[in-house]
Amino acid sequence: MTSIYGLYSDPNIAQRAVNGLRAAGVADREIEVISSEPFEEYEFSHRDSATWLYWIAGGGGLLGFVSAYLLTSTTQQLWPINTAGMPIVSGIPNAIVIFEMTMLGAMLATVITLFVSAKLPSRGGKMYDTEVSDGYILVGVEDPAEHLVDTLQQALEAAGEGRVKRSA
Amino acid sequence: MVVNRTLNKPLADDLVRPLFHTTVWFYGLVFALATVVACGAAAWGTQMWFGIGVSGLGWPVFWGFYLTNFVFWIGISHAGTLISAILRLVNATWRRPVTRCAEVITVFALMIGAMFPLIHLGRPWLAFWLMPYPSAREIWPNFRSPLVWDFFAINTYLIGSLLFLTLPMIPDMALVRDRSTGLRKRIYGALALGWRGTTKQWHRLESAMQIMAIAILPVAISVHTIVSFDFSMAPVPMWHSTIFGPYFVAGAIFSGIAALIIAMAVLRRVLNLEAYLHPVHFENLGKLLLLMSLLWVYFVFAERLTVWYGNEPSEMAVFWATQRGSYAPLFWTMVTCNFLIPFPILAFRKTRTIPGAVIASVTVLVGMWLERYLIIVPSLGHKALPYSWGTYSPQPVEIVIMISTFAAMALLYTLFSKFVPIISIWELKVGDHPKPKLTPGELDEAAGLWRVRP
Repeated sequence: MTSIYGLYSDPNIAQRAVNGLRAAGVADREIEVISSEPFEEYEFSHRDSATWLYWIAGGGGLLGFVSAYLLTSTTQQLWPINTAGMPIVSGIPNAIVIFEMTMLGAMLATVITLFVSAKLPSRGGKMYDTEVSDGYILVGVEDPAEHLVDTLQQALEAAGEGRVKRSA
Repeated sequence: MVVNRTLNKPLADDLVRPLFHTTVWFYGLVFALATVVACGAAAWGTQMWFGIGVSGLGWPVFWGFYLTNFVFWIGISHAGTLISAILRLVNATWRRPVTRCAEVITVFALMIGAMFPLIHLGRPWLAFWLMPYPSAREIWPNFRSPLVWDFFAINTYLIGSLLFLTLPMIPDMALVRDRSTGLRKRIYGALALGWRGTTKQWHRLESAMQIMAIAILPVAISVHTIVSFDFSMAPVPMWHSTIFGPYFVAGAIFSGIAALIIAMAVLRRVLNLEAYLHPVHFENLGKLLLLMSLLWVYFVFAERLTVWYGNEPSEMAVFWATQRGSYAPLFWTMVTCNFLIPFPILAFRKTRTIPGAVIASVTVLVGMWLERYLIIVPSLGHKALPYSWGTYSPQPVEIVIMISTFAAMALLYTLFSKFVPIISIWELKVGDHPKPKLTPGELDEAAGLWRVRP
């Protein structure tokens, strides 16, 4: 994997670097921005914000609801226990178990979707620089076309104070 | 403007320093706490060997110290996730240094609290009977039993809280990974799950935390409501009350905030976190504690007034036993600890300082433990028919186990703060973000590019 990237300490300069790469003809999906914190205030962090996570969480909750309903009502019918004159399938007490499992389903679906969509866990090998942990923002392109590398370097350098690196 | 190099690197250095530097005091503290925990384990072993008879439990008081501690620790668990989730949803900026300190309390307090039903069983190797599975006995646990509700509620809350705590830890693990070498780098690398910090990863993490915060709030409320159902579903004097759900939840939040204030004060002093845990954090939590103190008094008054007005003989027996009988010293100590001491300290800005908040919190914890005891023991000792009245005296094995759980909490917290940044570094950094300084033309250009490009 080859890559070219700039490391910037200022998010304003990182935004300019992103704009510069776009102007150089790089598609948005090919521009990587990596940082040690989210920068909601900047346009570059608004990419990939569309997500199905909320709907999937709802689906997980629904799955939990149905599972809990089946667990409680089916088992009460299969192994009936008379308790204080309550019906064999008691909706109100069962609602407590159903509620807990609904919420558990929603939470587990959320976490599983997070891991899948954020590609976690991953074994590495992707573009990264440990200086990101020192607060630098990495803006770069993975596997750029050979003829574009010099143009990209110029675009990254033109953004402002920062360091441009190439990795093979 | 240089944001990260001048501000955030020292911040990260400060907060990961405890992970890389270990003092002799740390080993001494861990040894001391582990010794107390070992004593508790030995006491539990003694109880298993000789039988539950070595405890003070017996007819008619079958719920004593163990169930008191169960309710107390589940209450303490409300410190973290509930408070953190509320502050996260309302986007309170002062929450940033507080959330992880709080969330850790939840996880450890739940783990400790959930142990007490096992200890109380006497024969913990039969604990699996509580779990719903098709067995040779052909009897499933009864879903109409509040104890089975407990099983579902506590496990849901524990799993949810564990996820709520660990998800925001992933970026910080990556930060520690990048500053480590050797075996430590491999361990933190595994814990970081290959996190890089791409915009997509940040979006997904923040969306997931938003959903978790929404989902965990009703679960947190339900947990202590369901713990209260363990009591209020039974026709025992002063238990069978509709007020118990909210009363327990309020008490849980009350004791939870107190535990959080104490933990934060200790961390601030021991880990030199004065630059991050400011007096304003203690002042804000002190205000919350004051509010909960007033709410607690309101609930106690409402509960007691209803019982007194009803004048039902079996309930009045418990009422007078606690107001002016053998339990009165404990009752009035509880009122003193939960209201008479913390209220004047926290009501005035001059005394709502860090030492003031800590003193108030310590008394609240004592008071709330007494409250749990006074809910359980006097009622069981004064059931409807006087021939079944009796007393309860905790035995050494119960006292040692109780003390050891406090040591276990301190030990777990100490070890956690040794291996994980106790303050969420990335969330703290976000709180320091300046406003973008792009020119209007640059912003328009960026927005325009975003609209037209694939």
